[in-house]
Amino acid sequence: MAAVLETIETVGEATDKYKHGFVTEIEMDRAPKGLSEDTVRFISAKKNEPEWLLEWRLEAYRHWLTMTEPMWARVGYPPIDYQDSYYYAAPKSDADRPKSLDEVDPALLDTYAKLGIPLKEQEVLAGVRNVAIDAVFDSVSVATTFKDRLEKDGIIFCAISEAIQDHPELVRKYMGSVVPTSDNFYAALNSAVFTDGSFCYIPKGVRCPMELSTYFRINAAETGQFERTLIVADEGSYVSYLEGCTAPQRDENQLHAAVVELIAMDDAEIKYSTVQNWYPGDEDGKGGIYNFVTKRGLCEKRAKISWTQVETGSAITWKYPSCILKGDDSVGEFYSVAITNNRQQADTGTKMLHIGKNTRSRIIAKGISAGKSQSTYRGQVRMNAMAHGAKNYTQCDSLLIGDECGAHTVPYIESKNRSARVEHEATTSKVSDDQLFYCRQRGIPEEEALTLIVNGFCREVLQELPMEFAVEAQKLVGISLEGSVG
Amino acid sequence: MNILSIKDLHATVDGKEILKGINLEMGAGEVHAIMGPNGSGKSTLSYVLSGRDGYEVSKGEVLYKGENLMEMLPEERAQAGVFLAFQYPVEIPGVPTVTFLKQAMNSVRKARGEKELDAFEFKKIMDARLKELSIVNDMVRRALNTGFSGGEKKRMEVLQMAMLEPSLAILDETDSGLDIDALKTVADGVNALRAEDRSMLVITHYQRLLDYIVPDHVHVLSAGRIILSGDKSLALELEEKGYADIVAAAA
Ligand SMILES: Nc1ncnc2c1ncn2[C@@H]1O[C@H](COP(=O)(O)OP(=O)(O)OP(=O)(O)O)[C@@H](O)[C@H]1O
Ligand SMILES: [Mg+2]
Repeated sequence: MAAVLETIETVGEATDKYKHGFVTEIEMDRAPKGLSEDTVRFISAKKNEPEWLLEWRLEAYRHWLTMTEPMWARVGYPPIDYQDSYYYAAPKSDADRPKSLDEVDPALLDTYAKLGIPLKEQEVLAGVRNVAIDAVFDSVSVATTFKDRLEKDGIIFCAISEAIQDHPELVRKYMGSVVPTSDNFYAALNSAVFTDGSFCYIPKGVRCPMELSTYFRINAAETGQFERTLIVADEGSYVSYLEGCTAPQRDENQLHAAVVELIAMDDAEIKYSTVQNWYPGDEDGKGGIYNFVTKRGLCEKRAKISWTQVETGSAITWKYPSCILKGDDSVGEFYSVAITNNRQQADTGTKMLHIGKNTRSRIIAKGISAGKSQSTYRGQVRMNAMAHGAKNYTQCDSLLIGDECGAHTVPYIESKNRSARVEHEATTSKVSDDQLFYCRQRGIPEEEALTLIVNGFCREVLQELPMEFAVEAQKLVGISLEGSVG
Repeated sequence: MNILSIKDLHATVDGKEILKGINLEMGAGEVHAIMGPNGSGKSTLSYVLSGRDGYEVSKGEVLYKGENLMEMLPEERAQAGVFLAFQYPVEIPGVPTVTFLKQAMNSVRKARGEKELDAFEFKKIMDARLKELSIVNDMVRRALNTGFSGGEKKRMEVLQMAMLEPSLAILDETDSGLDIDALKTVADGVNALRAEDRSMLVITHYQRLLDYIVPDHVHVLSAGRIILSGDKSLALELEEKGYADIVAAAA
């Protein structure tokens, strides 16, 4: 602990605010504003991290200093002042939490109700104090049973900060192996200051018996704005992982930059599903989350990685879950629904990098734009020289609601191997008045009719989601489009 | 009180007057047939009655069960029991027919303050109707009308009518595109739905349909007006002579 005190002291001295009486404030729950090597040291010390990780973070930070924010995406926002935010805040203390649902924003509760989320669960989601996660489930034992079951199979599933303490060799070996610290501006930033996230390891030949979900550990500290996830599926194993939830999430921090790394070894399969519903801001886009995410998976021989995402939240989404198809006969898939309404902007898509022979990839992207929003699909398919017999199929469909929104498709295709095949199809359509009228003539109110039509449009993607998630996602589609007709 | 009472109805589309003073009274349980040349305004009348956007009523009134129908939203009219079997049913990709049917039925029930059907109750009703109309189960699992043949689409309209049990059913050329066997099945289906509290407005070009669905009244619509009304023998006469003479005689 001595090292911790020392670091905190240094940080404290650097700023006026914490000059006095700082040394004793070991429980201080915020790093001072701004980003510097000291902030990085502070975070690492707070988390009691080993020396190698601190070095890793510092290297990332130093690299970040040399980088500039990417500007190629079709999104616009005022410049972000990186020195004007906080990079570490401890989980909220009880005093800051609402005492009961009565103290929670009624608009939020309204949405929970529409999603059909039970009261107990609403309390957990809204961060009401003294509600244990166990309360969400029918009995206290569910979460425990869950843990026991996983341990029996040798599966490790915990917060990444825990994994750093308990399984440092695994974390050290794989973290940064797919998304290097210097990969891009936001990934570098994340590497320097990430606070928490999930870690998962599936041993050889094990088929994970249940969907793993961040949900099962939402009580394990708020993951915050710089989330880091690492999933390693050893040879011949299988795991399905769910991230996020359909309930709207709010955060006082506007800037979010997560990193997710997946490693699928020979014959392994990882299915990664996301429902992202961060606060999109008000009708004018004020106050919404900026979400800059780097997600990438590495496939060894005959491995398969499948990304499925439903993106409905955030003011800005910048996100390209990708697959590096390194091993021969490996498979990458990307299924995506991106809905934007009001002033939301989404620039999302995927990268499929074919390196091995007979690698295959499939991309199904559905973009729905309503209000004054802008949605862009940006996809890259690259066939390397050695990718004999590789195949890609891409289908991008855009649906427009109203005439003030926009949808754009930007495919990059690059092939260095003549035997590789790339197929690309794109369509743009509008929700027709004929369709809406037809539904209404059968008694279905206009907004519900729109939800029905849009869900039909997204069906190919939604059916890739695990069952219960799919049902919730369908409702979410409706909620995201509220106010876009009539 | 009549189910439907139309008085001097004028309606415009894109500023062009299409309906030019329609008068029509329909009693409960009655079946009325409307015939008339292409472009005379038959579908327009069906859209005005069901509340489609862009069809402006410039004059006249329409009472449905004594209420001003024109003040209601399209879905409110449907919930109140007005059903339109479309001349050209619309495709809705990705939405399974069964999902659509269930949502339609439950929307109507909800609006009427009735209990919504659960999956089991719904399936029971649907299966019975499918059997009556000789529709194979596979059909309803496919996306609504998507890639259906012309005849299949028409059958699906009748299935929806059978499930929603409307008080006023408007069938816009439901017989067009049906083969002879299908015509018989559909007509049987429609006849089975004839009831004292259900009125039907059957738009058709062919007397053949009216052999199966025998109407109480037949009207001839021409250039936005009903120029002639009669009983079922009028349909026979039309078939023989064509519209030209009759239109000329009425003018
Ligand atoms: N948007 C529009 N603008 C102008 N005229 C229109 C518009 N929509 C329909 N019409 C015209 O209104 C008239 C009536 O059309 P309607 O579809 O009601 O005829 P119909 O009697 O149903 O014909 P059919 O027997 O061919 O089905 C036609 O002349 C048609 O061209
Ligand atoms: Mg017509």
